[in-house]
Amino acid sequence: MSETFKGKSTSRRAFLRGAAAAGAGALGAGAAKAVTPDPLITEPQPWAQGFGDGVDVTPYGLPIRFEDDVVRRNVDWLTADTISSINFTPIHALEGTITPQGCAFERHHSGAIELAKEDYRLMINGLVDTPLVFTYADLERFPRKNHVYFCECAANTGMEWAGAQLNGAQFTHGMIHNMEYTGVSLRTILAEAGVKPEGKWVYVEGADASSNGRSIPMEKALDDVLVAFKANGEALRKEHGYPVRLVVPGWEGNMWVKWLRRIEVTDAAVQSREETSKYTDTLEDGTSRKWTWEMDAKSVVTSPSPQAPITHGQGPLVISGLAWSGRGAITRVDVSKDGGKTWETARLAKPGEKMALTRFYLDTAWDGKEMLLQSRAMDETGYVQPTKTQLREVRGLNSIYHNNCIQTWWVKPNGEAENVEVS
Amino acid sequence: MSKFLKFTLLAGFAVSATAVFAGDYGLGRPALPEEIAAWDVKVMPDGRGLPEGSGDVWTGDEVFAEKCAVCHGDFAEGVGNWPKLAGGWGTLDHEDPLKTVGSYWPYLSTVWDYVNRSMPFGDAQTLSADEVYAITAYILYSNNLVEDDFTLSHENFTEVEMPNADGFIVDDRAKTEYPKWTGEPCMENCKDEVKITMRARVLDVTPDEEKAEAAPVEAETVAVAEATPEPEAEPEAPAVDPALVAAGEKVFKKCKACHQVGEGAKNRVGPQLNGVMERAAGSVEDFRYSSALKEKAAEGLVWTPETLAAFLAKPRDYMKGTKMSFAGLKSEEDQAAIAAYLASFSD
Repeated sequence: MSETFKGKSTSRRAFLRGAAAAGAGALGAGAAKAVTPDPLITEPQPWAQGFGDGVDVTPYGLPIRFEDDVVRRNVDWLTADTISSINFTPIHALEGTITPQGCAFERHHSGAIELAKEDYRLMINGLVDTPLVFTYADLERFPRKNHVYFCECAANTGMEWAGAQLNGAQFTHGMIHNMEYTGVSLRTILAEAGVKPEGKWVYVEGADASSNGRSIPMEKALDDVLVAFKANGEALRKEHGYPVRLVVPGWEGNMWVKWLRRIEVTDAAVQSREETSKYTDTLEDGTSRKWTWEMDAKSVVTSPSPQAPITHGQGPLVISGLAWSGRGAITRVDVSKDGGKTWETARLAKPGEKMALTRFYLDTAWDGKEMLLQSRAMDETGYVQPTKTQLREVRGLNSIYHNNCIQTWWVKPNGEAENVEVS
Repeated sequence: MSKFLKFTLLAGFAVSATAVFAGDYGLGRPALPEEIAAWDVKVMPDGRGLPEGSGDVWTGDEVFAEKCAVCHGDFAEGVGNWPKLAGGWGTLDHEDPLKTVGSYWPYLSTVWDYVNRSMPFGDAQTLSADEVYAITAYILYSNNLVEDDFTLSHENFTEVEMPNADGFIVDDRAKTEYPKWTGEPCMENCKDEVKITMRARVLDVTPDEEKAEAAPVEAETVAVAEATPEPEAEPEAPAVDPALVAAGEKVFKKCKACHQVGEGAKNRVGPQLNGVMERAAGSVEDFRYSSALKEKAAEGLVWTPETLAAFLAKPRDYMKGTKMSFAGLKSEEDQAAIAAYLASFSD
């Protein structure tokens, strides 16, 4: 008979709830003293006596069940149907910078299709010397590159233009993920077909019914765009474009075409649905910006935050957050606890990398009083992440996309946090 | 001339032009003209890529009613959260602008291109070129941009003027924003006072954490409140009425965008419907039903003329959280006709 230990029926959520309750009474918890011996220590526990799982119980592992709340979440009132919709990365519960594929946000326009490597074809046509067709195996024979890049939907934080709406970093900032991609430089593939001098743009489209076509200027196409087939060391997930997707560093996620099937060299932008009726930013006077490709510098405190309250009372507190810029590396992040009156410069876990997430920390001591937590990113161009008021002054309330405003969490004395706007 | 020969001639011609740069891995193979024709269906604003063909507003009205209206409404006004394609003129500088083909889209080519390659939703690439011209003509008509006697074709396509064609500017952040927001930021005494001006919790539109706990893997947070109405007294087994079946076939056009029935029917946006009548709900294999439907199925819902009628009358009332985005079939005759039509297809 198996002695496999299955553990207590608890969850991280229950743990948080219990701790939040305890936290309220545990002010001054810095030097806690045990009154009675801890049975977890004094009594032999089943996991220390019996067996755990043998190898091969889970040939491909999933997170332990206690972490089953760390999942992508949908906001069902946002869209008419989940087939053409988006969900959100649980950034409030993740650390470091790499997003595991299994909880990296999904955005589909016609559902996540299943396309086998054997059925995969990539066509290069248009203003090229030789229109070409590649198989998946062909792509594996080009020299490869590895790069970590963030992919942020242009609509990330888009629900917050008119005011504080969604109560959680996952929902306000979770249309983002950050992975290490392996792929071939688009430049290499274009060279194979031979770009004609009049080719000024590439039009990229996917194999799904939406095709999600986008026009990319040749300058960018020849710069750092990747035709990627691996992420975080393994095959792309179906929902992220298996077997091949485009990676367009620093530019809005909609251009990162999944299930990439065709690249056409053109003399002008195609003006597809995704670059005219959508992903254009309407200003207050009714005119709209088009071709707003770059994602400006942005940051958010991921913990504490509404879904990640402080559960330990006053004393040492790690304020943890993410910063990124589509225009280069993050050079500095400042954190304010008083809604932007005073700022302290946070510690970057590692020097910022171009177009990749950067983790920042403010190692601090919490006095148990309320805080209005904010973070403010700066990138290598000297750009400083603006406030929502500053953004609204230029753009009004109807832009939908590219909201990179400073976020405020109101942390209350009981450790809970809420999404608020401040003057 | 063989296709291969034709291609090599074309390629030979192309190679004579000067490439900016060229690779030398020798990977891939030349794309054949038929392959390029099959995949390269893009249409440019100047009309390049449009196939020959035409369609008038009235034909468009019929095709739209059959294939598009289930989501976009009979008058392109949109159903529920589905895109509105008409209206919204002059609202772009209002608080909540309504962006439609008429009020917002700068190029007509975008409509043709998108309808042609991606619509109907769940049944893409099934429209003929003439149907796409007709649908495009009807959308223009719905936006008061053409008269009802208008016919759109590849010949007059670029003559149509889109009202918001000049409503776009190229990204100007480098001029209007970056200089403003660059430089050493304030670190101390940056504001006199800070007040909370808005709270997310007051609005309360965040998905509920506790609901997710009940169904942690599926992020679908669907509350099912209403119970299945008790079926009325057992009806007498109706004889098959060919006229009713024929009527049902017509009504079924409203369902065809998402459901298939008959020989070789496959799951699309909705499940295939062969043998659906008198069968337990939610029993088509490999179809991802909504949690709402699964719950009803668990409660023992069986599709009878009565239960189907109740569902089709107002799907979202009968089954809160259903994925079926269908406004409803109000006429009892239509409901009965659909049931008779579906009953004529067994598994």
